[in-house]
Amino acid sequence: MAKTLFEKIWDKHVVKQIEDGPSILYIDKHFIHEVTSPQAFKGLEKRGLSVFRPQQVVATADHNVPTLNQHLPIKDELSRIQVQQLIENCKKHQIELYGLGHPFQGIVHVIGPELGITQPGMTIVCGDSHTSTHGAFGAIAFGIGTSEVEMVFASQCLMQTKPKLMRINIEGELNKGVVAKDIILYIIAQISASGATGYFVEYAGSAIRALSMEARMTICNMSIEMGARGGMIAPDETTFQYIKGRQFAPSGESWNQKVQEWSVLYSDADAVFDQEIHIDATAIQPMITYGTNPGLGIAINGFIPVAESIPDEGERHTIEKALKYMGLESGKSLLGLPVQHIFIGSCTNSRIEDLRQVALLVKGRKKNEHVQVMIVPGSQQVSKQVQAEGLDKIFQEAGFEIRQAGCSACLGMNEDKIPAGEYCISTSNRNFEGRQGAGARTLLASPLTAAAAAITGVVTDVRELM
Amino acid sequence: MPIENIDTDQIIPARFLKATTRDGFGKNLFRDWRYSNDDESQPKVDFVLNHKIYSGEILVAGKNFGCGSSREHAAWAIKDYGFKVVISSFFADIFKNNALNNGLLPITVSDAFLQQLFQLSPADTLTVSLEAQTVCIDKSGQKESFEINSYKKTCLLKGYDDIDYLINMRTSIEQFEQQIA
Repeated sequence: MAKTLFEKIWDKHVVKQIEDGPSILYIDKHFIHEVTSPQAFKGLEKRGLSVFRPQQVVATADHNVPTLNQHLPIKDELSRIQVQQLIENCKKHQIELYGLGHPFQGIVHVIGPELGITQPGMTIVCGDSHTSTHGAFGAIAFGIGTSEVEMVFASQCLMQTKPKLMRINIEGELNKGVVAKDIILYIIAQISASGATGYFVEYAGSAIRALSMEARMTICNMSIEMGARGGMIAPDETTFQYIKGRQFAPSGESWNQKVQEWSVLYSDADAVFDQEIHIDATAIQPMITYGTNPGLGIAINGFIPVAESIPDEGERHTIEKALKYMGLESGKSLLGLPVQHIFIGSCTNSRIEDLRQVALLVKGRKKNEHVQVMIVPGSQQVSKQVQAEGLDKIFQEAGFEIRQAGCSACLGMNEDKIPAGEYCISTSNRNFEGRQGAGARTLLASPLTAAAAAITGVVTDVRELM
Repeated sequence: MPIENIDTDQIIPARFLKATTRDGFGKNLFRDWRYSNDDESQPKVDFVLNHKIYSGEILVAGKNFGCGSSREHAAWAIKDYGFKVVISSFFADIFKNNALNNGLLPITVSDAFLQQLFQLSPADTLTVSLEAQTVCIDKSGQKESFEINSYKKTCLLKGYDDIDYLINMRTSIEQFEQQIA
């Protein structure tokens, strides 16, 4: 029977199917971090259990870490305790930890792929909704809650109901200035922040095939922002070339065997999806969001919708509430809006390719004097690469501040926050009220669009600077 | 709360996720919608949780409730505040699982029924029966049924959890591992 990519992987991981209930799904890799794991360890210990398969768990500290002076003790007491707890829990349960100071430390969804831990055909979970990122390698990867983290600790399995399947086909060549972030913001704007709830999404089509692994990760990363549990892309030569030679990638004879296994991971020609969407890549412009969910996005040269003209009451109310919070007006363009902060980082856009794109645009230019620009590489390895390529010099000359690896200003949890009422063009994934700090106003965009605004100090169409 | 797309960052802002236990999150439930300037002495008077008249155990909210972050702290905060049930016309997947794993019942009702609930007066009451899988408007006796898979229903009614089940499966899981190795 014809199968989708998802079904090929799912079926291989079902330990048992409970009648009129969930499947027991085997998990290959479990990533953990300091924020969503402590209660799971506590729960496990309360039951007198140890971690069932510690070698399949990898830990890092990312959400709650400072991005300056990481060699010093963390100033905030609660954050320090939480990070310390992770160290102790990992030690006690023999889990590999890439904590602060470790050369592999970084945002969990950046380090998994860059270390070659993330591989095609795997089931991967983490107590973090952006675990969907790893789907870029042709894996079933999704975010889970802390009780589920405890389940995986206890049994290396999860009870899961098989989701519905959606395929989003994107065909054609991308316009100048349009990158992966614009593709995914465009899709979410088309289908809304809940348009894929209940689904697992496969991205396909010529525009996807042409993307690098970093770009594919950006797209899969934001699957959750349209409600999808995960997103995935069939592995191909681009995938294999990315993985080859990485720290934990298979090597020697085992490499060839793995590539052979991975090569059958694609949706069969006559496989059936519950829903299919077709998108013309040439219709996509550089995107930016104006509202307080990632679905409220427009083309950079477009106009904010006129709230009064929206027939659905709930949707109208959502937009009115968002515009009030954002201090923006219906029907207006965002071009020229002064911004105070630029944040380039997060599990969506902090990989070396993102930073290369930014460097290429800002080389020889200076930031606007009214904006603060923060670049936060996704991992220690990305930082190292930035230096090796001399990108740090370009950023310094432009007046950008380069920080150490972590989730940083994406989530208003650690020291990096945006002040209330100020605008931030952010390459992260969420523009919810208060996401980057209480009262902060977030405009989501690509690294290119963020870099353009860093130079001009206002919302800018990056194509004017290219 | 007739608001759509209530995300988990609103339910519990990230700055309150630094705890290492599951307790005490109710205090910060909807923190930035409840208080001005993060100050408990400045409650926002127009926010529903600040009206004494709404004191029940059922939270009724607009569609796509619990979207965004996977933080289970959102379910813990709602439960700790005193809610036992959340009713909406549509829940985000991860939130729904988190709620069920914590004995907080997420009930999906039709859009039309949800709008009816929003039209009720603050003094009206609802009765939820998990056994019968119904939500009833007490005043009118009008009922709507809801779906829940029978495995989860049994877990909730009997207080079992998935971990109990999974631990008992360890032998089968080990066999499975040998098969795929």
